[in-house]
Amino acid sequence: MIKVQHLSKHFGSVKAVDDISFEVQEHENLILLGTSGCGKTTTLKMINRLIEADGGKIFINNKNVTEQLPEALRLGIGYVLQNNGLFPHYTVAENIAVVPQLLKWDKKKIEKRTTELLEKLHLSADYLKAYPNELSGGQQQRIGLARALAADPAVLLMDEPFGALDNVTRSKIHAEFKALDELKRKTIIMVTHDVQEAFELGDRICLMDKGKIIQDGTPAELLFKPQNDFVKEFLKEQRLLLKFKTITVKSLWHLLSNEEIKGLGPGILVNDKDDLWTVLERSTFFNAERLNMMNLENKEMKTVSFESLMSAFYQYQKGDSHE
Amino acid sequence: MNEHQQTLWEFMRQQSDKLAEQTLQHIGLTFISLFIAVLIGLPLGIFISRRKQFSAGILGVAGVLQTIPSIALLGFMIPVLGIGPKPAITALLLYALLPIIRNTYTGITGVDAAIKEAAVAMGMSKWQVLFKVELPLAMPVIFAGIRTATVITVGVATLASYIAAGGLGEFIFGGISLNNTNMILAGAIPAALLAILFDFLLSRLQKLDSRKLKLAAFSLPVILILLSSFYLIPATYATKLKAGFTPEFMGRQDGNLGLQSKYGLHINTVVISDAVMYKAAYEKQLDVISGYSTDGRLKAYGLVVLNDDKKIFPPYYAAPIVREDALVKYPELENTLNLLAGKINDSVMTALNYRTDYLHQTPERVAKDFLIDHKLFKPARNGNAGVIRIGSKIFGEQYILANMYSMLIKGYTDYDVSTKTGLGGTKICFDALTNNQIDFYPEYTGTGLLAILQPQVKVVDSLTPNRDATYQYVKDQFDKKYQVKWLKPIGFNNAYALMMRAKQAEKLNIKTISNLKRYLESK
Repeated sequence: MIKVQHLSKHFGSVKAVDDISFEVQEHENLILLGTSGCGKTTTLKMINRLIEADGGKIFINNKNVTEQLPEALRLGIGYVLQNNGLFPHYTVAENIAVVPQLLKWDKKKIEKRTTELLEKLHLSADYLKAYPNELSGGQQQRIGLARALAADPAVLLMDEPFGALDNVTRSKIHAEFKALDELKRKTIIMVTHDVQEAFELGDRICLMDKGKIIQDGTPAELLFKPQNDFVKEFLKEQRLLLKFKTITVKSLWHLLSNEEIKGLGPGILVNDKDDLWTVLERSTFFNAERLNMMNLENKEMKTVSFESLMSAFYQYQKGDSHE
Repeated sequence: MNEHQQTLWEFMRQQSDKLAEQTLQHIGLTFISLFIAVLIGLPLGIFISRRKQFSAGILGVAGVLQTIPSIALLGFMIPVLGIGPKPAITALLLYALLPIIRNTYTGITGVDAAIKEAAVAMGMSKWQVLFKVELPLAMPVIFAGIRTATVITVGVATLASYIAAGGLGEFIFGGISLNNTNMILAGAIPAALLAILFDFLLSRLQKLDSRKLKLAAFSLPVILILLSSFYLIPATYATKLKAGFTPEFMGRQDGNLGLQSKYGLHINTVVISDAVMYKAAYEKQLDVISGYSTDGRLKAYGLVVLNDDKKIFPPYYAAPIVREDALVKYPELENTLNLLAGKINDSVMTALNYRTDYLHQTPERVAKDFLIDHKLFKPARNGNAGVIRIGSKIFGEQYILANMYSMLIKGYTDYDVSTKTGLGGTKICFDALTNNQIDFYPEYTGTGLLAILQPQVKVVDSLTPNRDATYQYVKDQFDKKYQVKWLKPIGFNNAYALMMRAKQAEKLNIKTISNLKRYLESK
């Protein structure tokens, strides 16, 4: 869907982006991860030509972006900014309608789309007439997302979209983000410096440093098959947490066996797509003794204790490092 | 003049037609200039916000324009644009440009970069970003600039009366020269109220929310054009010749009023400052002007004085007028000042004025040369027996006289001198004298009689033809009323006079004011 080939950009003598190439598949969510100054935002902005590249090519749907008018190109790409960049002189409704207006949709269609989006993002229709400064940070960011989605573009670029939010609001929006159907049909490139966010939301992660891509792979690949010390070092602090978030019940399934648990404590139902972190959170919350696991593919059920799940996890890690 | 002192209210009621006309002219002038300034300033401001390399240059030029003294700017424009509304509007709009350009530039460059980036990233074109995002967000700052420009323009528009473009300045400057406080206030109060009113209205407009602001943005040009249309060029009857009279001359018995009542002279007249009047006559913008008979520019611009055959201009013999307490305090002062008495006649004074007005020699040099030629000059003694404060009005002849007196006092006595030259008109000078801010200044008998004493018409009529009688009358009255003493006359008579270009006067065979009247009435 999106192909980036030998892309370069320098500001003066500083090479901000240094000959990078990557591809994003349709409906994939690619994260550009790295510290500030690593070139991730510059890379993102070259895709919708907010910044013009010095070298290399970018194709979207096999069309070279530099062969299109920048305005026409951008109308087909949703863009979400860190500080939402909402127009303070427009109401929420007008903000969401910006791109449809530019595309000259008729009034009714715009109205319908706006209400629909607001509903999907769990915002009351009362906000339509409000101005951005009357909303909370989380609400503003949702409107920013709605504005980017309004004309239903196939590609969505997001520049640190949740960077300005507090932790509680952020994890809430993360959950919504993952649940939003509309986003599952999009090809997304998202820039972040937050490792957890990258692992939580990304199908694939490009870890960048000094204008180069250090490793390009799935979260599990980054975690368990780090290309070099830089990758290891980058993920070190949150390694355990990331593992819990990356490993799903499914990947431990062959290490788990059904067992009889005699205690009278409550049990919880877990499916094999849940990651260990979710299981851990829920079993702690319910003080569960029995974890009833279901394999969604063959409907097989396994009941295990928390201790057996943990030992399977350690076994999995050991096996993994032998590979 | 009547015994009863006229109140401001009575004056305004009596002059209500003129007041209304001047106020409308003032509003019109202000808004035409403002409208054009917005038309020029807004695009310029947008331009330099796009091409920042030009911003320093353009803001610099607009800043320099702002610092040029208004009367100088008006003077520069006469050769190019003549007199009347065109140069006035041009000058006003030049003054209004800076705040409009600067605030447009500041407003647009001040829009949050993230918002601009969002607009571009949404797929807006440059113009869409400008009209949908930058301009609406910069509007409060731009509005503040327009407000500043409005207040400046209302103020500077008073100066339009200097070059025959009307407005409330006619009352203000007429009042200053005529020593008529009511007339000054009748111009100044409405001008101040206009400034406050427009500022208030624009501030209300600025506080409207953005939705209503869109409406305002459309209605503003309409309102501006509407207000501009108040400015109808002073429509008087057209005659073959065009006259330009100073505001002072317009309101005086021995000026335009006398011309109308005694000669029956009716001529298409505009009000103009004496600073630019002579030049305007020379440039053929005007045909008849009200000058002073000893003015150096008479010679410089090839003008002739029309003979006052019915003797309506009273004699204007110049003499120093001194506070009596100063004469007591500085006993040598009177004799020193009288050294000049009878020394300068009309042609000598015109020649001296010619040297300053046309040859651009400094008044100091002209004064010193004269004193040396007449063997009156003595080097300064640098004494410190007290400081004498000399005043002068704001034109060349007075500067020369003030310099002569200063040199005489320093050379002949042990007093030191401080000069306060350039005290506006008669009123400012005389008020400075009676309020003990200066000790003496050169005054003219006719001015003392008509502008300061303002006696009844009968008295004026009996005195006017006789030079000595006028001098004696003002001398006695000043002594009695103000404790101010008229010293001996210097010799020349700087009376009012009607002037024309010499060539034109010869061609039309006009030598006297009666000739002029006959020419105007002939078909």
